[in-house]
Amino acid sequence: MTLAAASHGFLSPTGVEIAFLLVGLVTFGAAVVTVTTRQLVHAALWLVVALGGLAVEYLLLTAEFIAWVQVLIYVGAVVVLILFGLMLTRAPIGRSPEADSANRWAALTVAVASAAALVWVVVDAFRTTWIDLDGPAAGSTAVTGASLFQNWVLPFEALSVLLLAALVGAIVLSRKARPARAGEASPGGASPSGASRSGTSQTGGAR
Amino acid sequence: MNDALDVTLRLLVVFVVFLAFPLIVGQTEHKVMAHMQGRLGPMYAGGFHGWAQLVADGVKFAQKEDVVPADADRRIFQLAPAVALLPYLLVLLAIPVGPGEGAVGQVVDAGVFFVLAVMGVGVLGSLMAGWSSANKFSLLGGLRTAAQLLAYELPMLLTAASVAMAAGTVSLVGILDAFEWWWLPWQIVGAVVFFVAGLAELQRPPFDMPVADSEIIFGAYTEYTGLRFALFLLAEYAGIVVLCGLTTVLFLGGWHGPWGADGLGWVWTLLKAAVLAFVVIWLRVTYPRLREDQLQKLSWTLLVPLSLAQIALTGIVKVVIA
Repeated sequence: MTLAAASHGFLSPTGVEIAFLLVGLVTFGAAVVTVTTRQLVHAALWLVVALGGLAVEYLLLTAEFIAWVQVLIYVGAVVVLILFGLMLTRAPIGRSPEADSANRWAALTVAVASAAALVWVVVDAFRTTWIDLDGPAAGSTAVTGASLFQNWVLPFEALSVLLLAALVGAIVLSRKARPARAGEASPGGASPSGASRSGTSQTGGAR
Repeated sequence: MNDALDVTLRLLVVFVVFLAFPLIVGQTEHKVMAHMQGRLGPMYAGGFHGWAQLVADGVKFAQKEDVVPADADRRIFQLAPAVALLPYLLVLLAIPVGPGEGAVGQVVDAGVFFVLAVMGVGVLGSLMAGWSSANKFSLLGGLRTAAQLLAYELPMLLTAASVAMAAGTVSLVGILDAFEWWWLPWQIVGAVVFFVAGLAELQRPPFDMPVADSEIIFGAYTEYTGLRFALFLLAEYAGIVVLCGLTTVLFLGGWHGPWGADGLGWVWTLLKAAVLAFVVIWLRVTYPRLREDQLQKLSWTLLVPLSLAQIALTGIVKVVIA
């Protein structure tokens, strides 16, 4: 990276920059459709387009490793999880008007505020920074790994503790839900958990 | 101009491989299954042992009417086969078949992550198909596909990470350059876990609960006919090619062999991948289908702990020899 804003105009029209802008427009459009469409599963699929567009932007910024991790985690896992949840609960084909929120103005305000904050931070941090496309890739796996485990180890470890806490929390939540559900299913039964358990094993055996 | 020609040639070769190899695997499956079950299999199409059976099948599929159910979500229903098939084409680009940069479609710096990420996208096609068909069996198939992917993506990723740790790089070409013969016993547990998890991700028997034909007809693909159905089938066989290629490259040393690594490296890669493809077919004929709960149990209580143990072993050996 070089600090040479003087030698570059703002958005000099090289091929990479034009591609970056176009992909950015597509990503933005897909993101807007994601939150405005009335069809639940379509929203999840537009999210795939938005997240994939973001991965392409990372690629254009030479951050190859981040781009593939973006695809792996968000498109491959998070969206699949969203689709799985939608299919398990409610995923009608066509519009679902009741899936609208009364908080849309509050949500819009929060979204615009956080977007403004992020844009301001990024512009302020990287205003005069240019990526040298001719040299070795600035975002290759080796470079990313070195900076992650040399300069940013503390935030990285803090994040892993946060994820661990979330994991433990999820286990606790799912354990609490079980006796309550068994009680609902057979109120007044002598041994509700035993009854339901034998029921599942019977159906399992019948299959 | 020379650059453009080079790129075009590479893309063309990868595309031809992408079209030809799945058909070869499919035809092998016809014949191997037939002989394992004490029958002949296709014998007439093309004359010699029915070699043209799949071509004939393709012509038949192309002639069939393309039906979209009335209540289906048309656009997503029609888009799903492409989403299922194209990722495997992209993955093939990154698999090296021989030593040097001449024998790989495109050198990808973070190759391991690239192939696993893009393979994961392919499952979205099955999910889209299952949901958009407006059919309960399809939806059940889609659900099972999603549950299976969530369970088996983790062990696959962990074992691939173990190889990356051993080689000290996440580039597929770099992993092959660093390969030594004793990696084979060192990473054998990881290899088995990776292969099994890959089979589950492809929904091949014995992990074909999402398409279990005796209970949910054909899962997410129930409503598909004609060319779009053929594309889903092609995606399955392309998936076998990709999985066998990846297992070969990550765990079996790819183009390394007892001799002839310089000129005949690609023969070793193809040979190892072909043996693995045979094993895939063999498993289909041998094992009964796992039930859904057994499927989940196998992944979470066996494969994930095994892959974590493999990573620990890789770390220990790596520290000891360093």
